[in-house]
Amino acid sequence: MSLFTIAWRSILQRGVASALTCLSMALGVMLVVAVLTIHGVLSKSFYSNASLGYNLIVGAKGGKEQLTLNTVFYLSSPVENISYDYYLEFLKREERAELLKDSLKIRGHEQLWQTAELAAITSSSGLEQLAIQTALAGERKVDVLWNHLDRNGEFGSQCDLVIPVCLGDYYGRFRVVGTTPALFNDLVWDIENNRKYEFAEGRNFQHHSEEHGYFEAVVGAHVAREMGVKLGDQISPAHGAADGHLHERKFTVVGILKGSGTPNDKGVFVNMEGFYLMEDHAKPVDDPRTRAGQPDEPAEKMSEEEMKRRFFERQKLKGQIEREADPDPLPTEQREVTALLIKTEPKQGFFLEGAVNKGKEAQAVAPVAVIVGMFEFLVKPVQWTLLALTSVICVVSGISILVSIYNSMNDRRHEIAVMRALGADRYTVSLVILYEAVLLSLGGCLIGWLLGHLACFLASPIIEVQTGFSIGFHVFGEPYFYPFERVLPSLGERIYFPVEWLIVPALVLLSILVGLWPALSAYRTDVAQSLGK
Amino acid sequence: MLELRDIAKAFTEPGGGRLPILDIPEFVVQTGEQVVLVGRSGSGKTTLLHTIAGISRADRGDIWLDKINLAALSEAGVDKVRADKIGYVFQTFNLLPGFTAYENVLLGMTFVRGRKDPARAHQLLNRVGLAHRSHHKPRALSVGEQQRVAVARALANKPSLLLADEPTANIDPRNQQMIVDLIRETCREENISLLLVTHAPEVAKQFDRVVKLEEVNRATANVDAKEHA
Repeated sequence: MSLFTIAWRSILQRGVASALTCLSMALGVMLVVAVLTIHGVLSKSFYSNASLGYNLIVGAKGGKEQLTLNTVFYLSSPVENISYDYYLEFLKREERAELLKDSLKIRGHEQLWQTAELAAITSSSGLEQLAIQTALAGERKVDVLWNHLDRNGEFGSQCDLVIPVCLGDYYGRFRVVGTTPALFNDLVWDIENNRKYEFAEGRNFQHHSEEHGYFEAVVGAHVAREMGVKLGDQISPAHGAADGHLHERKFTVVGILKGSGTPNDKGVFVNMEGFYLMEDHAKPVDDPRTRAGQPDEPAEKMSEEEMKRRFFERQKLKGQIEREADPDPLPTEQREVTALLIKTEPKQGFFLEGAVNKGKEAQAVAPVAVIVGMFEFLVKPVQWTLLALTSVICVVSGISILVSIYNSMNDRRHEIAVMRALGADRYTVSLVILYEAVLLSLGGCLIGWLLGHLACFLASPIIEVQTGFSIGFHVFGEPYFYPFERVLPSLGERIYFPVEWLIVPALVLLSILVGLWPALSAYRTDVAQSLGK
Repeated sequence: MLELRDIAKAFTEPGGGRLPILDIPEFVVQTGEQVVLVGRSGSGKTTLLHTIAGISRADRGDIWLDKINLAALSEAGVDKVRADKIGYVFQTFNLLPGFTAYENVLLGMTFVRGRKDPARAHQLLNRVGLAHRSHHKPRALSVGEQQRVAVARALANKPSLLLADEPTANIDPRNQQMIVDLIRETCREENISLLLVTHAPEVAKQFDRVVKLEEVNRATANVDAKEHA
């Protein structure tokens, strides 16, 4: 019969006390395992969120962290906006040209042309000359403008993908993000697995649809679940704050995102064109040069043209009122964006970041570095504190083993004396006691490990909703332990294992330490005296 | 063969004085000999057995067992000799309650390196008539059966000396004789020296050699003399 068997029988002999001791240890280990597992999942989630699909955020000057929190996680107070013109500097020629169609300048000149054509058609001979002059003036100005505007943006050639976002409104407690369809059509957010955002139901919003005009929205999985949003629902964002006044404009929900574990699960995405058209979203235009139809330089002999232009503008305004359900896009001069999500080649990103930061208009941040920095600075200390607390619980559980065994020593002295009388030496009986402590500890560890992972497994649906990662029954994740990090730096980074693996040896060591006291008591047992009891 | 030479043992009294318990100039038990030790309560019978077994160390003197002087050995050495050469049957059986009868017998072999012999454990249980109860724990056995298991355990290591401390004291008369017979027959069969302590005259009279402890122990002889005076 091995000494382990003797120790095991002794544990069984004191079944209830042993079970309670074991349970106490198991609860401690369960907490450590749960904290470690959730720590691992959070780390994974955090670092996964750092894999955004874009490598730069351009936004208003200010704190890097605030811009990142605001843009990536939809947290913190909204940052200032940057000008739409500045956004255009990140676009290529064709994209700029497309967007500039909504420029007042271009519109103004289009109207100028229309006026001239109309004048040419309707004018009498006296006005014919004027019409021709007007047409020529308009043509000249348009050319001037196109020469100025029809070009690559300053940073356009360095950007592979630019997605503007406009923030500031809320739907319930969730942030409303005005953006372009590119966010879901073009952005590969999970680069490792080449995944774009997927839709659980419906489709992406369109720049303009026959059915809903500019007013389509897509909601994140979490929002849909919490707010009970369904396809076809009409939602009104609140202006400026969760309890701000509701915009009259309603967006029709055309898509519900599949859960991705990213902050986008908690976002409401509306077409940026619609976002601009909501009341209070248009930037006041005070610069006389950018008033509707006003060219950069005053045209010669434009008094009649001015009159006609204004007429057409009024007409247009009227038409706009009549077609309220499908208004014209907001002129670019009245637009702003909160931030730009930019994907570039890594090297280009480095240069672009520097170039933007040199200027006065905006700042560029590399969100991954900011996220990792925030994680290291904010989240990790909290997690380590939790881990330290749960480890203290384990130590207390270890001490409960000591108390349990030590309390049983009075009853067991007789058994120890019998074993001594049968020939067991002092070391042997001490060893039996130590084995008992180790067995209790190992049992507690195993049960605690199983309970910890079972608890995490059962909580997996909730954790998955929050982080996007499902927890299997045996996830060993971060934090990792690098045993040779300081001793052998060359090996240090290659040899590592999850901290969770340390639980068993650490607790066995702890149990040996706490078992030493009762073992010493066994060692000192007076056989003759104890046999007499 | 067991041979005691000039053995002395005293206990410290609460007041700090020394109370002599054993003072035995000479005491010998031959190989295979069966000796019964009698004496009044407190005469040092159990202390003598403990001292021979090395459970208590003598203050003075030599204890020779099979030409090994236990008094000259370290505690670990004495433990080893005890495990290897001495069987002990207690008055209160002292079976470990968490173990079956079979395991209790096996426990007797556990502390001798290379002496695990399950077959002998079964054989001994069979010898004491408890083969059918080998998987019962002590609380499921009668008092007589428990003592029979204790005898089997004491014999597990094929000792050269069996010390039995009032093995029939807690047993009903019918089982008393069975236990005595069992011990004596087994010792005879395996040529084991037997030193049995008893208060029971009917047990003592069955032995060829009966030793009154007071006759060999000067410590208690002096006390007796004082009491008689």
